[in-house]
Amino acid sequence: MFDLTGRSALITGATGGIGAAVARSLHHSGATVVLSGRRSAALSELSSEFGDRCHILSCDLDDAEAVAHLPKQTEDVCGRLDILINNAGVTRDGLCMRMSEEDWSYVVEVNLTATFRLCKAVLRGMMKSRWGRIVNVSSVVGVSGNPGQVNYVAAKAGIIGLTKSLAIEVAGRGITVNSVAPGFIETGMTEKLNESQRLNIVQRIPVGRMGAPEEVASSVLFLCSNESSYITGSTLHVNGGLAMY
Amino acid sequence: MSNIADRIRKIVVEHLGVEEANVVENASFIDDLGADSLDTVELVMAFEEEFGIEIPDDAAETIQTFGDAVQFITDQA
Repeated sequence: MFDLTGRSALITGATGGIGAAVARSLHHSGATVVLSGRRSAALSELSSEFGDRCHILSCDLDDAEAVAHLPKQTEDVCGRLDILINNAGVTRDGLCMRMSEEDWSYVVEVNLTATFRLCKAVLRGMMKSRWGRIVNVSSVVGVSGNPGQVNYVAAKAGIIGLTKSLAIEVAGRGITVNSVAPGFIETGMTEKLNESQRLNIVQRIPVGRMGAPEEVASSVLFLCSNESSYITGSTLHVNGGLAMY
Repeated sequence: MSNIADRIRKIVVEHLGVEEANVVENASFIDDLGADSLDTVELVMAFEEEFGIEIPDDAAETIQTFGDAVQFITDQA
């Protein structure tokens, strides 16, 4: 349905549930995908599904210098970089009263600051080609709040603010910047929930189930397409009706 | 010198769509030539490419006029 032939996309956190689904979706639509993540075995496994039009760039997102080089490396292997998906996310949960400075900083660094650094580094090429798509993966909790996650929620809310401001800055250059805010999705991150937590959550979701990573990926794909050219600075909520904004 | 100025003027004319005659020494990109702040970033990017140099962000901020650009790039060359 959406054709990304000739585009190349950098996807962070590509080994996660949502990241891998996004990579599959963009690749299936014709894009060359560059998979970034920390676990190189998992990256290789994912890339083996794709055959051609796929490259791997391992990167630790709390390494500022490595992050800043990632877009350049992408351009080196693909010749261009049209689409950036800031998907990587980490959690270090705890009540605010017990949260260490280190857990705060780490989560903000990887989720928010790395997003800023990557956005900054990809803009040059996108501005020159007068076309670009940036999709930042936020979270429903970035809008609703969530106990035990002041660090994660602050970072995810920050992503939405960053997205809006950057969207205005570059709107005149054919670049759109949007965020997607998934609700509870069946991934490694929600696997940690126990059965009663899970039941409790599902009861609150009008659709009556957790989402599949593919259901997030299809929203990301839309925001990467030509068809979404008039949408920028927005947050697309993919949460089964859990929260409506 | 004049060669550098001509090359810079050409970039400014093309990028901002202004008359060559208006690109004078004291012409401010923003106040006189109608650039917005993102245009100035793009101009610096274009200068970097044309002359094969790197202009750091703090230096880029000091390039406000056509004359500033000519002076900065002449000093680099």
